Amino acid sequence: MNAKPPVIEVEQVNLFQNGHPVLEDVSLTVHEHEFHAIIGPNGGGKTTLLKVILGLIHPDSGTVRVMGGTPHAMRAHLGYVPQFRTFDFQFPISVGDMVVSGRLGHLESPFRRLSRQDRDTADEAMATMEITHLKDRPIHDISGGERQRAIIARALAGNPSVLLLDEPTVYVDSPTAERFYNILSRLRETMTIVLVTHDITALSPDVTHISCVNRRLFTHHDNQITEEMITGAYHCPVDLIAHGIPHRVIRDHDNRVFGGKR
Amino acid sequence: MIEALGFEFFRNALIAGVLAAITCGVIGSFVVVKRMATLAGGISHAAFGGIGLGYFLGIDPLAGAAAVALATSGAIAWIRMEAHQHLDTLVSAVWATGMAAGILFIYLTPGFAPDLFSYLFGNILLVPRDTLLMMGVLTAGICAVVATLYPRLVAVTFDEEYASVMDLHPDRIMVILLLLTGLTVVMLIQIVGIILVIALLTLPAATARLFSHSIKRMILGASLLGILFTTTGIWLSYAFDIPSGATIVIVSACVYFGALPIQHHMQNR
Repeated sequence: MNAKPPVIEVEQVNLFQNGHPVLEDVSLTVHEHEFHAIIGPNGGGKTTLLKVILGLIHPDSGTVRVMGGTPHAMRAHLGYVPQFRTFDFQFPISVGDMVVSGRLGHLESPFRRLSRQDRDTADEAMATMEITHLKDRPIHDISGGERQRAIIARALAGNPSVLLLDEPTVYVDSPTAERFYNILSRLRETMTIVLVTHDITALSPDVTHISCVNRRLFTHHDNQITEEMITGAYHCPVDLIAHGIPHRVIRDHDNRVFGGKR
Repeated sequence: MIEALGFEFFRNALIAGVLAAITCGVIGSFVVVKRMATLAGGISHAAFGGIGLGYFLGIDPLAGAAAVALATSGAIAWIRMEAHQHLDTLVSAVWATGMAAGILFIYLTPGFAPDLFSYLFGNILLVPRDTLLMMGVLTAGICAVVATLYPRLVAVTFDEEYASVMDLHPDRIMVILLLLTGLTVVMLIQIVGIILVIALLTLPAATARLFSHSIKRMILGASLLGILFTTTGIWLSYAFDIPSGATIVIVSACVYFGALPIQHHMQNR
């Protein structure tokens, strides 16, 4: 067992929005250096769960703790990578300025001026995401995969202990996704990762824990997806995918292909 | 036309144009990138209710406009926080209500409403010296606030949610930005009038945006363009004896529409 308190502890969280239950009795524990993937259908509450962890949405009941404190108090330790489509890429800002803006949460001075050190940290984040050469380019002028890496670099600029990613591969093609997961496995060495996706086919073999969310959360506290989890989350029988090995095994099941939900 | 500079009213008009252009460059840039043009339009038209109220109560109509513009900005900021959505319907309602209230107040005020047209369509050639001083103070104040909050303003207008995550209090920043927008609107009523305020607030900034890769450059470009637009507009208006506010707006619009294909061409090179 882990001696340290869990990095993220969500306990029996219930959340209603416009009178409808969005999360029902959801519990999730994430320990240091784990790599959690949360999958589930669109509109199943994955993004909402991330926002509850970030303290952006307050649950109606249940508790959320981040590194032993409230999400609000511990926010500086969380790096958030929001969904790509929430961005206005026409905004006149360079990649470098966008990434360094991730430092603003860490500045003590009332005027929030950036120091040399802040800029160095941002440079490191860009180097990690392999976008140093794009520093002076405006964000409307770079590709989808590069934008995605810039958004992650902004989160990394805050030196987070936990990285929360929302659908990070939606606008990324397969070779870029490969590269992306290589970067993630490097990041795993220094931080805990929680990744939310509806694209089950794009899951990295590095994932240590998998949960399915569709209002309720289904998990076996390991990196296996079982038929029961999928059926619970998607309400239909789908193919089974095993992880933890370089090549995923997809068992034939009623000739149905998982991922056909699109 | 150089002899026109000998008239005090003409010099005042040019100075007023420059001050308005700087404020528009600074606030207009944020209004454009945050897509708040309709919001600014709503605030300025609501301010007409304040002008009517000013006439009705026998106080300076501009003071009434300032009070209503700031109150509307504050109310919109509050509703934005609470409702998050359907803001455009609400803004149209505020827009129309302000105009309607203004018309009713003016109708109910006995006698004739002097200068009503200059509030609706602006008349920069009638800006008196003390108004100029007030405009100078407002411009300096608005620039100082924006300079102080600059990194936070950029972060909040770019990504409000992430600004929350970084504890930058985006709600407070948005209240400040909307109040500054309200002040700018009141200042612009003198220059182009209520109906054309959004044009001067957005056209220089939108033109500058086409060629800027940062908000800083956009502000600088928008201010310079604004100075060019108001100065040219005032000269043309004087030379051909045509309404100044409308002339300034037509000049701005011509440059904006002219710049669109140029920018398109530059991007596809």
